[in-house]
Amino acid sequence: MREITYLEAVREAMSLEMRKNKDVFILGEDIGVYGGAFGVTRGMIEEFGPERVRNTPISEAGIAGAAVGSALTGMRPILELQFSDFITIALDQIVNQAAKIRYMYGGKGKVPMVVRTPSGSGTGAAAQHSQSLEAWVTHIPGLKVVQPSTAYDAKGLLKAAMDDDNPVIFYEHKLLYKTSSDVPEEAYSLPLGKADVKREGSDVTIVATAIMVHRALEAAAELEKEGISIEVIDPCTLVPLDEETIIKSVVKTGRVVVVHEAVKRGGYGGEIASMIAESEAFDYLDAPIKRLGGAPSPVPYHPDLEKAHAPQVSNIIQAAKETLNKV
Amino acid sequence: MKLKLTEEKLLAPKISNEKLVGLYKQMWLIRYFDEKVDEFFAKGMIHGTTHLAVGQEASASGVCALLDIDDKITSTHRGHGHCIAKGATADKMMAELFGRTTGYCKGKGGSMHIADVDMGNLGANGIVAGGIPLAVGSALTAKMKNLNYVTVCFFGDGATNEGSFHEAVNLASIWDLPVIFVCENNQYGMSGSVKEMINVDDIATRAKAYGIPGVVADGNDIIEIMNVTDDAIKRARRGDGPTLIEAKTYRWKGHSKSDAKKYRTREEEKEWRAKDPIKRYKQVLIDAGLFTEETAEELRLAAKKEIEDAVKFSEESPMPTLDDLLTDVYA
Repeated sequence: MREITYLEAVREAMSLEMRKNKDVFILGEDIGVYGGAFGVTRGMIEEFGPERVRNTPISEAGIAGAAVGSALTGMRPILELQFSDFITIALDQIVNQAAKIRYMYGGKGKVPMVVRTPSGSGTGAAAQHSQSLEAWVTHIPGLKVVQPSTAYDAKGLLKAAMDDDNPVIFYEHKLLYKTSSDVPEEAYSLPLGKADVKREGSDVTIVATAIMVHRALEAAAELEKEGISIEVIDPCTLVPLDEETIIKSVVKTGRVVVVHEAVKRGGYGGEIASMIAESEAFDYLDAPIKRLGGAPSPVPYHPDLEKAHAPQVSNIIQAAKETLNKV
Repeated sequence: MKLKLTEEKLLAPKISNEKLVGLYKQMWLIRYFDEKVDEFFAKGMIHGTTHLAVGQEASASGVCALLDIDDKITSTHRGHGHCIAKGATADKMMAELFGRTTGYCKGKGGSMHIADVDMGNLGANGIVAGGIPLAVGSALTAKMKNLNYVTVCFFGDGATNEGSFHEAVNLASIWDLPVIFVCENNQYGMSGSVKEMINVDDIATRAKAYGIPGVVADGNDIIEIMNVTDDAIKRARRGDGPTLIEAKTYRWKGHSKSDAKKYRTREEEKEWRAKDPIKRYKQVLIDAGLFTEETAEELRLAAKKEIEDAVKFSEESPMPTLDDLLTDVYA
């Protein structure tokens, strides 16, 4: 198998689908000859033309609505929101329209659309271009929410998102775009709602999302040297959430750390922690559930401060040890 | 025969005399529907809220008269008339307001969310200007799939102050999309008068900023509405892009059920009631020899009866069960 980057995997998933299905098209800002702010759509306008790789004005509310309206009438749009922070401007169409149409119309009408959007800090882009706002959309019944952490997962989950007849918010982490993994050349689908055990272990469960999966794996490798066995679970999709895999792991280990880059307060980690506390795994807990998340501040510009804002490998090691009373 | 508006302008030839007469009944159907809803809200027989379009029947009926079944509309919170004009039946609409499973949305949408996607009604909308980008998306589908349908986007004067209006109209313009923006300027966005909230005399002039035609029409004159709509539809079907139509009209009732109407005078209301679009259309049809006073009366009573039947249908329809709470939920 060949190795490609996360960015290439996203592009490949879209291209394979667009070759196969004429109803699939992509729209977004600077996705044409520019190739998208991060280069994800580079080369696509050359292959598919400007009708299907539709460069738009800077109008997030307008293009989100155009995506919803086109989905409702038979197309399968992929909306590239240039930075996930800009969902703030598109939220009416995503939250009040796309998410509710099926239910509000009594089960009639469907909105098969994917909103692909880069999120996360670490690029020095500061407060308005670095947020992780996924918890907002997880709160809305009617939206599926996906956060792939590897190139392999990105390609398979995006295929599943494009095949879905409902709106899916697909978060791509900017720092993962250049990471690589083995990825099959053909199209394949990874089911939404199925977590992936990225590493098996017996002492502590770490539930980590997006880039935190990689930091958790690094932490696990470090802790292994001290004889601590870590299980790393990547939910892959926040909605639907694979509760069973997480509960099963916590029953086994009795200790759990939940880690995401989004601000801890009101973050999705709270949902995961509560879900564990309400489940049969509660009786197996040998230590309080630990949550790690971003600091309660906007994402700062200075690289040292920016780094301090998000959980790092050392924080994860520390948290795992705390659950073992080994600090 | 063709109905003459002026020497120069004939009524769209595709409309038959039979259909012209049918529109008269439809306008009464819209009025009686909303008046019945008003009555039921006052009596506490239906709950929630509602927005009535009494006095605005000409724009709904006139615009939709020019549409084929494949054509689409998006509507607003004040959308009962648009739904009826696009082919919705009063029984399933009333049942929706009664919260019954036989309603268009199985009793889960209510007054502000009536939709019938299969009939080209992409939905009323509780968000001011929320439907404008949706309409543009529908028009984008027509263009990308090379389908010949047009999309009519209804909204009010207040919606033109929303960012979504600007973004969506610009998109439709740069992509030459087959969409007709119909602004029903009923003079007030809730309590905000257009004189207070908009600094141009005609909302239609805003079209200039997007490089598309903007047309002012008497929103209480169904013939004029049909003529301007016909032009806009032809332009859209030719692939020449969108048009903004401003239909100047007036809502006789308050914004919603709780409105004491302190922001306008009773004299103003009286002036507008004198411009009753149904009465005016009746005279046009009589003058043109398309029907008599007697036929007009029969049609009015038939509309009234249809609403009474719709009420009966609704009252006899089943309520949802609590198990329905989570049906049609996928995430």
